[in-house]
Amino acid sequence: MRREIPLLITGIVGAVFVLQYFIPHWPFSKMNAWFSDWFSIVAAFAIWLGALNLMKISLQKIAGRKEDWGYAIVIIVSFLVIVIPGFGGGQGYREAGTFFSWLYEWVYTPLSSTMFAILAFFVASASYRAFRARNLEATLLLVAAFFVMLGRVPVGDLLTGFMPTGWQLSDLAGWVMNFPQAAGQRAIMIGIALGLVSTSLRIILGIERSHLGGE
Amino acid sequence: MSTRTWELLVVAAVLIVSTIVYLGKVGGWIGGVSFSPAVSIIVIILIFLSLVWILVRTLRGSLVDRRIVFLFVGLAVVLPFFMSITQKIKISPEVQQLYDALEALPPGSKVLVSFDYDPPSAPELQPMAESFLRYCLRSDLKVIIIGLWPQGPQQADLALQIALEDPEIQSKSPQYGVDYVNLGFQAGNEFVIQRMGANIESMFPRDYFGAAYRDLPLVRNVKNFSNIDYSFNLSAGYPGTQEWVQVAVDRYGLRLGGGNTAVQAPMMYPYLNAGQLVGLLGGMNGAAEFELLTGVTGKGTKFMLSQSFAHMIVIAFVIIGNAAFFASGRRKPLEQGK
Repeated sequence: MRREIPLLITGIVGAVFVLQYFIPHWPFSKMNAWFSDWFSIVAAFAIWLGALNLMKISLQKIAGRKEDWGYAIVIIVSFLVIVIPGFGGGQGYREAGTFFSWLYEWVYTPLSSTMFAILAFFVASASYRAFRARNLEATLLLVAAFFVMLGRVPVGDLLTGFMPTGWQLSDLAGWVMNFPQAAGQRAIMIGIALGLVSTSLRIILGIERSHLGGE
Repeated sequence: MSTRTWELLVVAAVLIVSTIVYLGKVGGWIGGVSFSPAVSIIVIILIFLSLVWILVRTLRGSLVDRRIVFLFVGLAVVLPFFMSITQKIKISPEVQQLYDALEALPPGSKVLVSFDYDPPSAPELQPMAESFLRYCLRSDLKVIIIGLWPQGPQQADLALQIALEDPEIQSKSPQYGVDYVNLGFQAGNEFVIQRMGANIESMFPRDYFGAAYRDLPLVRNVKNFSNIDYSFNLSAGYPGTQEWVQVAVDRYGLRLGGGNTAVQAPMMYPYLNAGQLVGLLGGMNGAAEFELLTGVTGKGTKFMLSQSFAHMIVIAFVIIGNAAFFASGRRKPLEQGK
């Protein structure tokens, strides 16, 4: 039963979601509403599950003095520092001027933005070391990157301001984005969509069972 | 001293300087610093000469240390903040399309804005959010905010604070719940969008501050997407613009514009070309173009100089690397610099 019930739930819910798209009337419309609401509830629980799981793993790491256990302390302290003011702040805990809001604006935001910003440094360093015109494909990529990187910023048009309209770098970047790039994206999207349809059908019909664990 | 000690010293120095600048700004004893155009040009020439030195060194077969590259990128991002150079920004068709769609809306139209991003993407998306909300409130459009990412509504709140500081908007005295509303976050990704197509209240029974949906005059009569005149999705990934197009646009006919990070924007062009997206702001450049159209200079325009410089630096390093690659007969491996 541990496998049959989840398989049954997956099959029924999946089939209803497919049917309600083509027949948006009772009973499928009602079932769609139920299942969507259930999904939101399960997703909300999943956030809690994720947070508690993180705490459990971090505590186990500290207790077992496993590798990098010091970072686990940082995780737990950070978690408590943000959760306690959140729960202790009452209904308006996120309003401007609250401690939670201050933490969000002046600690969480700069820290997470910094992590993302570090990418710029790595991209520059990697481009210097590895982005070479070794063959035709790499050269095409290099030339396209050159046009798009310069064409997407105002300095591109400054450099090609003497060219007639339609031939400036921003125009060339626009052409790359609208035609070769969009064509490639569309091909990838269609491929992914076909793969999704096939995988979804396998899951709904119970052929693919890896989401249940094992096998 | 070991490399590790040097790195720790640099981090400590950056922290000390940042703290001094922060305290100086708060205390008012540090004002705005700005280079004159002449100093700005001298700085640019110095950077250019340094790049020429790196090119010569690389052509001799030795790559410069990665930390030198990091330093150049850092300077390219930071120095433009102090430069008094203006750039001519050209409006792209997708930004113009979004602006035209908004311009066509009569006052009182309801605009749904979904904040589907978190702070890591804020440097790119927050300028868009601020200028978009500013434009809506200035044009008497009614703004309904939601978030499919947990941090989205808080980002919206920060953007609203900036938009509400605008003197023209202050003169209109917009009221929360009447002119704009923040319905908060709902878990469930595209299922939330799907349910909103039938009944928005079922997904957002209470707003961000705990008020009941039916007690908010702005949304009291908004049942589903058919009551929304235009929607705008600020997206940094999943769930985002792609899910809004697939569910809200295709199934319920919602008119949607997108505001995406520069990384995500290329994926939206097929939707844009097919007419499923009505306008697109891509990256900080999109924000700067939108600011230019709305006539209010904001963070997008201000940060574009940094972006221009950063792009130039990356391209310069690509050219240097390739020059050395070809100079070495396309086979000789370059040595790591010290």
